[in-house]
Amino acid sequence: MSILKTENLTYIYGSGTPFERKAVDDVSLEIEKGGITGVIGHTGSGKSTLIQHFNGLLKPSSGKIFLDGKDIWENGKIMPGLRFRVGLVFQYPEYQIFEDTVYKDIAYGPKNMKLNDAEIKNRVLEAADLFGIGREMLNRSPFELSGGQKRRVAIAGVMAMKPEVIIFDEPAAGLDPRGRRSVFEIIKSYCRSSGCTVIVVSHSMEDMAGLADRIIVMNRGRLFCHDRTPEVFSKADQISAMGLDVPQITKVFELLRKENIIFKDEVYTVDHAVKMILEYLAEKGGDSGC
Amino acid sequence: MLKDITIDQYFPGKSIVHRLDARFKIIITMIFIVMIFAADTIWSLMTGIAFMLLSYALTALKPSLMVKSLKPVVPVLVITAVLNMFFFEGEEIFRFAFISITDEGVKNAVFMLLRVVSLIVGSSVLTYTTSPVELTGAMEKLLSPLKIFKFPVHELAMMMTISLRFIPTLIEETEKIISAQKARGADFENGSLKERAAAIVPVLVPLFISAFRRAEELALAMECRCYRGGEGRTRMKQLKTGPADIASLVVSFFFLAAVFFIDRKMK
Repeated sequence: MSILKTENLTYIYGSGTPFERKAVDDVSLEIEKGGITGVIGHTGSGKSTLIQHFNGLLKPSSGKIFLDGKDIWENGKIMPGLRFRVGLVFQYPEYQIFEDTVYKDIAYGPKNMKLNDAEIKNRVLEAADLFGIGREMLNRSPFELSGGQKRRVAIAGVMAMKPEVIIFDEPAAGLDPRGRRSVFEIIKSYCRSSGCTVIVVSHSMEDMAGLADRIIVMNRGRLFCHDRTPEVFSKADQISAMGLDVPQITKVFELLRKENIIFKDEVYTVDHAVKMILEYLAEKGGDSGC
Repeated sequence: MLKDITIDQYFPGKSIVHRLDARFKIIITMIFIVMIFAADTIWSLMTGIAFMLLSYALTALKPSLMVKSLKPVVPVLVITAVLNMFFFEGEEIFRFAFISITDEGVKNAVFMLLRVVSLIVGSSVLTYTTSPVELTGAMEKLLSPLKIFKFPVHELAMMMTISLRFIPTLIEETEKIISAQKARGADFENGSLKERAAAIVPVLVPLFISAFRRAEELALAMECRCYRGGEGRTRMKQLKTGPADIASLVVSFFFLAAVFFIDRKMK
């Protein structure tokens, strides 16, 4: 059964003004429980607007959203506790930090849930461990930390609420390659170990390739496709026509195909590419002469 | 909600009012303000309003924008009208307990209302048709004689330009932070006054931090481009005075004279 479902979701910005614009246009989709779903699209494709509907920050202009089969805007009122069930980590979350210690900042979400102190402490420590935030850091001011550390504290702040669905909007934006990889690794291992549903928004197919089980592609406010990752990558040429960059390794294999070197799978990660090439060479029986 | 606030109200256009020299537009606005305050009778006030409507018509902007400029000041208008209604001696036309309304009071209320409304709409003609950069540039030019008294004219104009530039940015930033804290379960709508006041802290702290960060970045960027104050600084777009500017100034003085003349005649 799907955990999140949208029905003909439409959102219009600046309704009734000359600046009116359809940011999300008639999107119907279902997100399965567990696993990582990637949402990709060009800047202004409506991906950020779409995900802000999932935890009720935006109210749809028309259409419906269901969490676990229940309409989240039933009778026009937001489902109680929805924001604790669907966590949203914004882009550059470090800019939402405000408390004077790391501990207090991570505890802000759980505190709003009105949990008791012991439970809050448990959750803060758990989230801190997950993100490699050492105990000695918990009593320091978050403003003394480096950019990457601040990012991890901010994400831990949302994770500490233990939502069933957690949405990350460009979690790796502005981080160096090592920081990017470590954020994605944590997301991946957290998803696998907790069984919670993860949605990651990105404009980079490269990042999604090794991360997402399924991918939603948004284009100009409309749903372009929603499918398993390999199937989505098989539409690589259409996706690059939208202005999105397909992974470099996929581009290489596209070119190889034009040279009549055909591989049976779609290739979008380097690891997979190595396997495919080795298989290909083995099939040819090593008669390539090298 | 926050997006509805318009402070940077400039509506680009190509009308004659848009093309006027911003310095003249400021002077004409001041003449208009004098007109409105000097007007003592309904007839002279009408002359002032006619001048305002004429300039508004020349901007070729939608009339609905006039109403838009009034929206935020509705409470002020109501209070002005109501207070004026009660505190004037005259023939009583309505009485309820200790409240009495006189004919003079009603007259005064209507007069004050017209005055304030035309003042706001008239000055919005200036802000609707002049970009903030032009506006502060013109102010700097108009105030430049004060430099003799060591008054920091350029610095003041630069500060104004920068703050106008950053208002929309900070509004956007505030909205983002509010959304982020809502996502962490912050509640801005419910709870006691004290609780709601406390709920603002998680918004204000990040907002201030980001404002300071932006200020530092901007200062650095300005220094990198060798900004060192107003001394010897020239402008890319020079203000030029043309026949249309002189003509509009003459027309404004004509209306001002008319206001004084009508007042003299009516008394």
